[in-house]
Amino acid sequence: MATSAPARAPRALKMPIRLDRRYLPVVGTFVVLALMLVVGGSRYDNFVSPAVISNLFINNAHLIVLAVGMTFVILTGGIDLSAGSVLALSTVVTAALLQAGWPPAVVIPLAVGAGTVIGLAHGVMVHYFQVQPFVATLAGMFFARGLCFVIAPESIAIDNASFVSLASWVQIFGGWRMSSGVLIALILVGLGFLVLHFTRFGRTVYAVGGGEQSALLMGLPVARTKVLAYVVSGTCAGLGGLLFAMYSRSGYSLTGVAMELDAIAAVVIGGTLLTGGTGFVLGSVLGVLVLGLIQTIITFEGTLSSWWTKIVIGVLLLIFVALQRVLTLRRT
Amino acid sequence: MRNLLRHHLFWPVAALVVLLVANTVASPSFLAITVRDGHLFGAPIDILRMTAPLLLVALGMTLVIATRGIDLSVGAVVAVSGAVALSYIASSSDPESPVTVLTAIALALALCLLLGVWNGFLVSVLGIQPIIATLILMTAGRGVAMLITGGMITTVNSEPFKVLGSGFWLGLPVAAVLAFGVFAVVAFVVRRTALGMLLEATGINPAASRLSGVRSKTLTWTVYAAAGLFAGLAGLLISADTMAADANNAGLFIELDAILAVVIGGTALSGGKFNLSGTLVGALVIATLERTVTVVGISPLVTPLFMALVVIAVTLLQSPRMRERLTAATRRPVATTPAEPQPAARPDSTEVKA
Amino acid sequence: MTQQTTPPVVEMTGISVEFPPVKALDGVDLHLRPGEIHALMGENGAGKSTLIKALTGIHSPTEGTILVDGVERRFTGPADARAHGVSTVYQEVNLCENLTVAENIMLGAEPRRLGGLHWRAMRRQAATHLERMGLSIDPASSLGSHSLAVQQLVAICRATVGDCKVLILDEPTSSLDTDEVAHLFTVMRALRDDGVAILFVSHFLDQVYDISDRMTVLRNGRLVGEFVTADLPTHELVQHMIGRSMDVLEAAEHVGERADRPAGRTPLLQVVGLGRKGSVRPFDLELYEGEVVGLAGLLGSGRTELARLLTGADRADVGQTRVAGKPARLRTPRAAMDLGIAYTSEDRKGEGVVDGLTVRENIVLGLQARRGWMRPLPRKQVDELVASYIEQLGIRPANPEALLRNLSGGNQQKVLLARWLATAPRLLVLDEPTRGIDVGAKAEIQKLVADLAADGMSVVFISAELEEVLRISHRIAVLRDRRKVAEIDGGEATMDQVVDLIAGGGAA
Repeated sequence: MATSAPARAPRALKMPIRLDRRYLPVVGTFVVLALMLVVGGSRYDNFVSPAVISNLFINNAHLIVLAVGMTFVILTGGIDLSAGSVLALSTVVTAALLQAGWPPAVVIPLAVGAGTVIGLAHGVMVHYFQVQPFVATLAGMFFARGLCFVIAPESIAIDNASFVSLASWVQIFGGWRMSSGVLIALILVGLGFLVLHFTRFGRTVYAVGGGEQSALLMGLPVARTKVLAYVVSGTCAGLGGLLFAMYSRSGYSLTGVAMELDAIAAVVIGGTLLTGGTGFVLGSVLGVLVLGLIQTIITFEGTLSSWWTKIVIGVLLLIFVALQRVLTLRRT
Repeated sequence: MRNLLRHHLFWPVAALVVLLVANTVASPSFLAITVRDGHLFGAPIDILRMTAPLLLVALGMTLVIATRGIDLSVGAVVAVSGAVALSYIASSSDPESPVTVLTAIALALALCLLLGVWNGFLVSVLGIQPIIATLILMTAGRGVAMLITGGMITTVNSEPFKVLGSGFWLGLPVAAVLAFGVFAVVAFVVRRTALGMLLEATGINPAASRLSGVRSKTLTWTVYAAAGLFAGLAGLLISADTMAADANNAGLFIELDAILAVVIGGTALSGGKFNLSGTLVGALVIATLERTVTVVGISPLVTPLFMALVVIAVTLLQSPRMRERLTAATRRPVATTPAEPQPAARPDSTEVKA
Repeated sequence: MTQQTTPPVVEMTGISVEFPPVKALDGVDLHLRPGEIHALMGENGAGKSTLIKALTGIHSPTEGTILVDGVERRFTGPADARAHGVSTVYQEVNLCENLTVAENIMLGAEPRRLGGLHWRAMRRQAATHLERMGLSIDPASSLGSHSLAVQQLVAICRATVGDCKVLILDEPTSSLDTDEVAHLFTVMRALRDDGVAILFVSHFLDQVYDISDRMTVLRNGRLVGEFVTADLPTHELVQHMIGRSMDVLEAAEHVGERADRPAGRTPLLQVVGLGRKGSVRPFDLELYEGEVVGLAGLLGSGRTELARLLTGADRADVGQTRVAGKPARLRTPRAAMDLGIAYTSEDRKGEGVVDGLTVRENIVLGLQARRGWMRPLPRKQVDELVASYIEQLGIRPANPEALLRNLSGGNQQKVLLARWLATAPRLLVLDEPTRGIDVGAKAEIQKLVADLAADGMSVVFISAELEEVLRISHRIAVLRDRRKVAEIDGGEATMDQVVDLIAGGGAA
């Protein structure tokens, strides 16, 4: 019991054995990611290259943002099925307003804010009306998707010069590239980490996931925290939409169909338990990278058809879920 | 009045009635049914036919939800079912032969049953949370369907198979007869045997059920297998309607529609008590809603918006908080529950759980 | 009511709480003084929890006033109450197992740095608080990795962080063993001496007499009175609590005539070397018809684990089992049931009641499960069966269609007994059937057990209350440290003798 505090010095040596069980799934994800890189690197030329790695981030910046928001909700023991639709709504709002000649400085907060509002609605439904998260966000998913079609059934290209310039990528050094989307995503990841680990709100998110009634009796602000978690997720989806609009330079009502499932898959592969209370935002980022790397490998392989992506993701999910199951079984 | 308002079917039926009225107002001939060639035609009949696949999927979903589970993979199973049946028919030498068609159907159903068994295995034996266990197949299933069809949209011509989708029997669409028939049989079996009670017991308290000798694992497993089978049948109906196996789009979101049907019907996603009649009404509401959107002349693309509004309305009306308000508004000084409910037990349970 | 020296820190007057149409509390008073341990006594349903919840703001009283430090207060909830120095620790530890010990203690009053949590200071402060409780555990470890007793103390630790004037302990001892209770009492006395007013709820009368200074007794939502513990004899307290003469208890004193063990007869259940790794070491046991065998031992001694192996609730790794002389394998509860073995778990809520189903459905559940879903019991037969058990066991409300969640603990227990009796078992294993239920229902259940044994049923009886085990058992198996250490004749066993065996001579 009382071993780890005094044993600072020899800790590094004992690390592999003494590794806290909480970190095991994340370490697992990391190992998978490393393995994929090694295998990919040995099979294909130029696989582990700055270009590929940069693209991995650039192509998945929006998904990273979604996964961060999803992590908050899942940690509270909820789920947000609306993420993909809200992302689409945000792209459509962005594109439509820019097309109408609004300046980006107004459009950007509006697009993100649309997600915030929907997230707030979810939170209120879930907490105050005790609608199951699954159902509430399912309704939100339909709502956002329907709203997309109302605004614009067709794809709208974005040609606003200042927005496009915002969206472009820059070369950092060598083959390494970076887009503003990636920068925003990484900043958000950092913020997510800080909020979850260094604020009362963040710890309450974990507490709610660990046992809502307990958190309530501990006097923690359960209501506010639950609602806020959905607000965070909605906002992240809105932001994700903005990044996707930058990335694709268009707004289309059919973007992001089933993208919430990718986000959920990334969160699960990143070691967060769907029952809530255990998991890390950084794990979710690793999860997104694993998913992205699967795509990359299948592209590199060339002969493999695209549907293998889905099958491989399914298999990976299975492996990680089984791993988590084994870990939780041992604990009890 | 109060009892009527409290009845679990009140809000779903009210939603259905409102939709039907709206339709009739928009198009006065909406409810008219005509007879042509001994077959019934008309919007209500169309709705019945459109309800068929959803009803089957929702039937399985209700049983799964009763055990505290959920099955996200049914949409993918629908796609697999269509892919298997049509690929088999397309590759056979004689697509018109009833034997071919029957073999295709048997093959598809067997595979879907197997997929259901797989889900059940993950949930009941390995003890993986249902939502994540079925997410695996939801993701991988469409990949498998595409694997079967080779990524193409397989189309076939086969009269015997087409009957499933657009044929008539005794004047009614075969699909509807089949789906409602299966539904009726299952509902009868569930309520006339002890299956319903044992499922509810499993859903409410799995540990207690196990100690009471209920074979909860087997029940849970069976229910997922059944959900797979029913989804397979739904997949056949859907693919027979279009005579095409579209691995990407067949049964897309049908799992969500089915879950909505169950929820609208008043079965809580938290498991336990379930009612199949509610699910039936829920499925009808969703199918009617889809129809309404076209009748009223809105782009079908906007359907999701209306779906969302109906879902929000129904779930909010069914939420405990709303119910409290409603009953408080209609309360009369009548003691309905017999004898001394325990004071301490009651108020706690509602507020804090969830 | 002698020591009127210090003014009360909490003064509740004329408190009524209604859950229409039921009046759960009717004009109840409670006075808590600084530096006292005050026991709140009453049967189940007397209104103890409701009173506590009225104080902490979970329920809002329809009438009455609550003064805290002389100021009238209506707290909006536990957080508000806590902010004003009124903290509660519940029977089920209401902390988050997934968080660290430090967080569980400090969250809500956590030290901050740069607007964020100051983890190191948090752990340090938590360690100080833990030390006061006499706990030496790592504050950075996750709470879930500790035993229930430690978690309980952590909960108290949390409650005393900051300005704690009033500490409410709602049945803190029900899952602790003797050593742990002693530790808890030390902590409680220390807090009392620091001037904290402690409201203590417990079903264990000996503990109440051991620790409390004064007590308030409730019955059926009304105040019976406020007493100085030392001046109130036990039997009077019990009378106050149950509001009737001691006849029921008296009758239960002479439970069942000794059924002499029929020499040479085949035991109903015979196990040899039955055990399970990490659960209970291999043991031998024989059970005969018409016999009540008590299992005595502390919590965690393996008494529950042993019962679970006998009934297929857990699967044994080693050992042989014979039922009525024939080799048998008890791999699942179902397999045990088919051999006529029934088990009610100690965890009534988690493993017993199916609270969303009706009394009728709960009673027939076991029987129906055994028949399989294909062969439903005829409705008429069900109704007769249910009616007869409601009558025989005195289940209230006597309504087969009432949802089980609306019944009191004692009545739920009776429904569970009915569930098992309906399967006509030959061996009934009862794990803590009387825990958390009121004195009257307790006596009735003891009587029932004796009657069942007299009718030839074999019963294994587990209870944390040694006295109860002694009174009811023909034979007593004593467990210690996950091992069966002795088997003694119930008729000759004395309390001291059993306590010695449980304590293992040296310790405690």
